[in-house]
Amino acid sequence: MTRPVLEVENLATHFFTREGVVKAVDGVSFSVAAGEVLGVVGESGSGKSVTGFSIMGLIDPPGKIVSGSIRLAGEEITARDDVAMRKVRGKELAMIFQDPMMTLNPVLRIDTQMIEAVLAHDNVSEEAARTRCIEALAMVGIPSPAERLVAYPHQFSGGMRQRVAIAIALLHRPKLIIADEPTTALDVTIQSQILAEVQKLCAQTGTALLWITHDLAVVAGLADRIAVMYAGRVVEEGSVEHVLEKPRHPYTSGLIGSVPSANPMGRRLRQIPGSTPSPGRLPAGCAFEPRCGFSTELCRQERPGIAPDASGARVACHHPLSMQRAS
Amino acid sequence: MSSAAMKTANLELVRVQKVSKRFTRSLDFAAKLANRFGAQNREITVHAVDQVDLAVRDGEVVALVGESGCGKSTLGRIVAGIHDPSDGKVFWRGQDVTTQDGAQRHDFVLGAQMIFQDPMSSLNPRIRAGEIVGEAPRVHGMTNAAGQRDYVAELFRRVGLDPDYMRRYPHQFSGGQRARIGIARALAVNPKLLICDESVAALDVSIQAQVLNLFMDLRQDLGLAYLFISHDLGVVRHISDRILIMYLGRVIESGPTKAIFEDPVHPYTRALLDNVPRLEAKKRSFASIKGEIPSPINPPPGCHFHPRCPLAGPRCSREKPKETLLYGGRMVACHLQEGTVQ
Repeated sequence: MTRPVLEVENLATHFFTREGVVKAVDGVSFSVAAGEVLGVVGESGSGKSVTGFSIMGLIDPPGKIVSGSIRLAGEEITARDDVAMRKVRGKELAMIFQDPMMTLNPVLRIDTQMIEAVLAHDNVSEEAARTRCIEALAMVGIPSPAERLVAYPHQFSGGMRQRVAIAIALLHRPKLIIADEPTTALDVTIQSQILAEVQKLCAQTGTALLWITHDLAVVAGLADRIAVMYAGRVVEEGSVEHVLEKPRHPYTSGLIGSVPSANPMGRRLRQIPGSTPSPGRLPAGCAFEPRCGFSTELCRQERPGIAPDASGARVACHHPLSMQRAS
Repeated sequence: MSSAAMKTANLELVRVQKVSKRFTRSLDFAAKLANRFGAQNREITVHAVDQVDLAVRDGEVVALVGESGCGKSTLGRIVAGIHDPSDGKVFWRGQDVTTQDGAQRHDFVLGAQMIFQDPMSSLNPRIRAGEIVGEAPRVHGMTNAAGQRDYVAELFRRVGLDPDYMRRYPHQFSGGQRARIGIARALAVNPKLLICDESVAALDVSIQAQVLNLFMDLRQDLGLAYLFISHDLGVVRHISDRILIMYLGRVIESGPTKAIFEDPVHPYTRALLDNVPRLEAKKRSFASIKGEIPSPINPPPGCHFHPRCPLAGPRCSREKPKETLLYGGRMVACHLQEGTVQ
């Protein structure tokens, strides 16, 4: 087997605030192979976005990566300083954000911003850079790209803006794209257009994709594997079939039960009681214990480690659901 | 349909008839002056809602579905009495409220209550939760200052909040709890109809499930009717009895939820249903209708959907499709149903 594009091992990112240490990400491990799509699913506060920012090296004080390792194509990037990270960011790693207005400067034309991104890493003429930008815009399905290149961000609709952001991410054919809820703010038909585009591009270019979302249904049709995060940790990880059809962690099972379309019409939804704990005040044992229907004394005292089961999926639970109970 | 809804299903609670809402930005002084010198500045009018009919019966859940800019929120606000329609009539229990004055509208204004999407911007951050919920019933004489505490405590319990939290401010609650405060506030004046404008859209999945369950419990216990405005078809399918699908200010298809999900007729409805991400562990290719929803300032002529419609013909860009009634209380506005698109 070839080496995975991205390996994250035991990553811990903590924020040192006046109220105390917030363990936003606390021991996360996963890997993504070339051309693979990994869906990272979690609710707000689960640490899914901070994981993405940590990989990009975009954690600012009071946040800090306190331990763990992030390897991009085998090379350790956690210890790199800002200057070294700049060479990687945009070139080998790219990120797409929820709000494309975050990536685009509202007072600069698209061409200024895109050409700058090309020239930042490649020593080419401006003409060559412009051609590459037009190609990138055409690739993400923007009609008449040469004319649209000289427009300002506000002249694009929300869906088109997100396409521009994706085009910028693709400029250098990165090894890995991290997409943080890029379709959450979009309408269903537009979301589906973007998903179609991304799916096609990843297959064409062999780019690995880390798709961060709160919406299980979006990654269900897109991802190869899913990692479910809760309170700063991955609680379950496995193939899409495994996670959705035979979830072994009670949280995953509860999350699926909360989705209206997974329930009979008009019936009460199988809700998870309570709400997500504040990452500043996590219980000593399993973070899900207070909301879990299967918890025991062991769960209150000891945090479960994540361990692979017979089928190769990983689950962090003292009492994982058996196949029968899950179904 | 639940049994509580069955009993009262004949009573029509609210009906809007051929309502339209236009928002016009009139010319400012500079633009008028420029026009004197031959400039061509014109007033910009947004046709947010265009000749829409809608009725909600007692105890019924009606969903209003569409993408952003389709006018669903504006229509919801007309039903809630927040906006007055530019054209058309609103009936509350058979009474035309568009011609009534303040005192006469009392029943309608209290009977239809709205729950907004973002509880943080609809709750006053400087007022304690207990007062937010208790103010309206006190003003309207449903309780007095002495009884307000107990009255609000009861409402808090009903929506699943601890009455001890009455002295807290909105920022001290989580997102799900704030949504519950918004619901308690709406319930405080004993409404018959709740208008929920994307009320669960901003919530996490597990919290969203709790709030949806609360809506279903309230319907069962209080016999409430809902106008449920949402872009989330999964939620709508689960909770509603009937749905209306809007596109650019018009209702293009309506009918019982189950029938529409099983057999959508309008090409837009079909596209919308195809594009809903499903919880199936299967790689799928996301195929999609082209283009985006056009601007409501200059809507395309004829059928608003024709520039994106895979089945459009010359007739679609010429004339507006009529509302065709189908079996089982369904309606669709499409030339294909009238016979031909040529």
